[in-house]
Amino acid sequence: MTDRTEQHLPQAPAAEDVSGKHGSTALRPHAEDQYADELALLAATDERPRPPGWRLSPQAVVTYLLGDGAKITPKYVGPRRLMEVAVSTLVTDRALLLLGVPGTAKTWVSEHLAAAISGDSTLLVQGTAGTAEEAIRYGWNYARLLAEGPSEAALTPSPVMRAMQTGAIARLEELTRIPSDVQDALITILSEKTLPVPELNTEIQAQRGFNLIATANDRDRGVNELSSALRRRFNTVVLPVPASADDEVEIVARRVAQMGRSLDLPEVPAALEEIRRVVTVFRELRSGMTEDGRTKLKSPTGTLSTAEAISVITNGLALAAHFGDGNLQPGDVAAGIVGAVVKDPVSDSVVWREYLETVVRERTDWRDFYRAARDA
Amino acid sequence: MTGERLYGIRHHGPGSARAVVAELERQRPSILLVEGPPEADDLVRWVADEGLQPPVALLGYAADDPRRSAFWPFAVFSPEWQAIRWAVTNGVPVRFFDLPYAYRLTDARTPDTPPAAGPPAAELPGAGSPDAQLPEPRADEAPGAGLPGAGLPESPAELPSTSDGPDAVAERAPGRVRPVDPIGELARAAGYDDPERWWEDVVEHRGMPAFEAIAEAMTAIRESSPEEPEDLVREAYMRTVLREVRRTHENIAVVCGAWHVPALARKVPVKDDAALLKGRKKTKVAFTWVPWTYGRLASWSGYGAGVRSPGWYHHLFANASDVVPRWLVDAAGVLRAEGVPTSSAHVIEATRLAEALATLRGRPLAGLAEVTEAAEAVMCDGEPLRTELIGRRLVVGERLGAVPDDMPAVPLAKDLAAQQRAVRLKPEALERSLELDLRRDIDLARSRLLHRMRAIGVPWGEPDTARRGTGTFREQWRLRWLPDFAVQLVEGSMYGTTVAAAATTKVTDAARDAETLGDVTALVEVCLLADLADAFPPVLAALDARAALDADLNHLMAAIPALARTLRYGDVRRTDVAGLESVAAGLLTRVCAGLPAAAGSLSDEAAKELRTHLDGVHRAVGLLDDDDLRERWLTTLASVSGRADLHGLLAGRLTRLLLDAGRLDAAEVRRRLRLPLTIGTPPAHGAAWVEGFLSGGGLLLVHDDALLALLDEWLADIPADAFDDVLPLLRRTFGAFATGERRAIGERVAGGTGRGDEQPVELDHERAALVLPTLNILFGREVG
Repeated sequence: MTDRTEQHLPQAPAAEDVSGKHGSTALRPHAEDQYADELALLAATDERPRPPGWRLSPQAVVTYLLGDGAKITPKYVGPRRLMEVAVSTLVTDRALLLLGVPGTAKTWVSEHLAAAISGDSTLLVQGTAGTAEEAIRYGWNYARLLAEGPSEAALTPSPVMRAMQTGAIARLEELTRIPSDVQDALITILSEKTLPVPELNTEIQAQRGFNLIATANDRDRGVNELSSALRRRFNTVVLPVPASADDEVEIVARRVAQMGRSLDLPEVPAALEEIRRVVTVFRELRSGMTEDGRTKLKSPTGTLSTAEAISVITNGLALAAHFGDGNLQPGDVAAGIVGAVVKDPVSDSVVWREYLETVVRERTDWRDFYRAARDA
Repeated sequence: MTGERLYGIRHHGPGSARAVVAELERQRPSILLVEGPPEADDLVRWVADEGLQPPVALLGYAADDPRRSAFWPFAVFSPEWQAIRWAVTNGVPVRFFDLPYAYRLTDARTPDTPPAAGPPAAELPGAGSPDAQLPEPRADEAPGAGLPGAGLPESPAELPSTSDGPDAVAERAPGRVRPVDPIGELARAAGYDDPERWWEDVVEHRGMPAFEAIAEAMTAIRESSPEEPEDLVREAYMRTVLREVRRTHENIAVVCGAWHVPALARKVPVKDDAALLKGRKKTKVAFTWVPWTYGRLASWSGYGAGVRSPGWYHHLFANASDVVPRWLVDAAGVLRAEGVPTSSAHVIEATRLAEALATLRGRPLAGLAEVTEAAEAVMCDGEPLRTELIGRRLVVGERLGAVPDDMPAVPLAKDLAAQQRAVRLKPEALERSLELDLRRDIDLARSRLLHRMRAIGVPWGEPDTARRGTGTFREQWRLRWLPDFAVQLVEGSMYGTTVAAAATTKVTDAARDAETLGDVTALVEVCLLADLADAFPPVLAALDARAALDADLNHLMAAIPALARTLRYGDVRRTDVAGLESVAAGLLTRVCAGLPAAAGSLSDEAAKELRTHLDGVHRAVGLLDDDDLRERWLTTLASVSGRADLHGLLAGRLTRLLLDAGRLDAAEVRRRLRLPLTIGTPPAHGAAWVEGFLSGGGLLLVHDDALLALLDEWLADIPADAFDDVLPLLRRTFGAFATGERRAIGERVAGGTGRGDEQPVELDHERAALVLPTLNILFGREVG
């Protein structure tokens, strides 16, 4: 119940407002700000029919996500059909559930979908074990509630409710972390597209264009299993880990370049070779087998997602820029890799040591890396 | 309407199939020519038979060597099948007019090789050329490279694992000069991943004269692409037939792969064609219909370029309207059958999603890709197993074709069909398990049939050893009929005209050619399991001969347990085991003679192997129930056990066997046990001795206090620095005991001789006597 939410009542805040407030000093600009020109370009050239409440046609949304090879940069590198299924799901008024192991760009995809469809990716509820029903439905401004009694003005809408009012996409992160009874608050919203407010004897009806994108972690399966009533209201899209090493290198290189820019890291040539090495290490350990398929490996307990590879490289770039010679050296990424791989100090360090001694050591062009990793 | 129409079709394309039937209906030709082996002309009439249910395949094989064979599969949605059916129903004669299979078998340039599977009439292969088509001998490539269909039969022995063949095909396919699936390529060029959708959208929905358009397109493509030499030969033959038919008929319909249409329409001088066909010899070939499966048609069960989705094609062909909802209803049915709750609401949402996807992709109708993705997103909850289930059950399908019972087939196949009826065991494409109780006549007959089929080399059923109980009258089988078995049956028919005769010949041949004694012993069991009485004498003779020649005692010993089991339990199967007894006795005698020589100076490994065999033979001797043999065996053991150069493991084991058999008294055993455990013996030898002595159960230790005390004492005597060496061996021995035994031993050791303090058990003799009558009945004689 901050001032900000209050001040916008009963009207939901316009996206421009929010972004304006953050301006270019934001640590991480929202997708709709960072790619505002691409969105504008698409909107200008998009002549296909747009579903009610959508800023772009479904085809243009898919183009925005996957890039067109020219002005539009790819946001998601992976199977086109997955993005098509995701966008079609939202067209058919069905809620979308993005499933995948951590770091497979679930949140990233949901943010860009919301940015492209509604121009607003900020209507976000972060699911946690402590998420309460107010976060999904509405809460009350108690000062006003006590002073004036129940009224619309005393109502504090949740992001979901604001999305319903404005006909926008709401995002729900980590759906399966939310306790089951709270999850079920979504059922009415998704099936009836309405949110009853019994205290005021009224209801909020979703405007056209409203929909919900939820993400859930594969590894949380069974923690708060979705009830079948809720499950049935979602279409599920499983985001896989990148299919090939080249895809993954591309993803990492692209994201590292973007993040370096937004974090104002000093310019360091992000050596493609180091990126490839990090990606190779991650892929081999993840799949439990070397890329040439000759050696079986143990897999560590962590997921070793692409996202982690990105942060290892970013971290290495920062090291190289501030403490190194300005070039990304094996030593700069080695420490980060060890940290990413060894999540369980006992079993994972055995895995890592075995990998180091049996695989890394044998690769002649990896000698520097081997030395650095052994010392790390 | 008169004249001549060329229908260029896509093999296994449901769209082509529908269009062909519609056109035939309009044209009403007086004769139909179909691309296919002319030798199979006589088989066409069977298409009218209700018993011939697609998917079926024409199986062609060289009469003198059935391993050289090829298949031409037909599904209900194959245009050729539909055209033939139309003709047969309307009384129109049908001729296959492709190059005779007999020519291909004898291509002079590849004299000894089986017909290469040429890309089938590779014209429209995307759809099925591979299986469908005609195997063509290829001069320029290794045989087998071309047609998967033909590739398969090449080595029938390996048929069950067809994956090899197809892979090879897939790899070499790029080497082909001409497009494998020209219509598929047209569709791809237009941005379609499913050629059938393209056919529907572009050809049918626009109401254009489909076949003229296709012919035009093919003409344009062929002008600019290189020609395959074997295409030219085949087309020369086709033109020759066409010319001949023109002389007698005016209204002709020709159904062939679209690729061939321009070549058939072209005017070519007769002498050019004759030159191409000159000098080809013919081999004698035979043809028959065999059942086929959709799984075989599909690429993922082995064909490099088969029909990937026969189930979907079947659906497209069978349902003209509501294709998407019907398909998704079926998908929901598949999931429900597996206990996944799937409501109509799911189907509705999946249908909407499929349509939205099609719109997004700019397609007029949802295709297989769209319905699959929709089912995956809406019904499968992201579970890959469910997606796979739909793929297997629905997209591919598990349909198995059938052929009429009176179809002329090789006698062996007919005999098999008769026997299958007699024991009420139908071949099914789906794997299932079968439990047999050999005490029942019908189950015994089934077991014999399955064993005989295995002997012939048709592994229709595989014994399921994982769940084998200890009972001798129960058998577990896993049954699955693969279409390839048709080839093995043809091949097997060289051995005999009935299942029993073929199996007998095959087993007898195998016994004659067997290299080791073990191979022959296995055949003895086969004879008994499959009830091949006629094969038994030659196999036994081979066994005897092999036993006499085999110098390796381990082989001899390995053969005995199976024989003993057969002798003892054979009567469950009511087999005649005459003669076996003397062979077994002879074997045992040889073992007794050879054992002393073979037992000395063995390595650890060899000692372990011999010990296993010793145990096996010892148990077998118990089963044989022959006092003379037993006496001889034990005497041999006793003489061997006293030798000084014996490996510790064997010495220990022999002492134990003799103790159990009552040949040694406790005092002697104690002395022997003590010996290897004295200072003069290396600890490793002592530990091996203990392992041999104690292996197979710790109960003896629980009950024999003296033995336990001796062992305990010995353990305590082991010097501290030698203990480390002995520990692993001891642990291995004791680790093999059951937990309860280990605990009991531990308690005995910990509690000292505490048991001695217990009160003697008071027996109530009157109550105990009550069970005696029952025991008498069980044992069949007076006890106590």
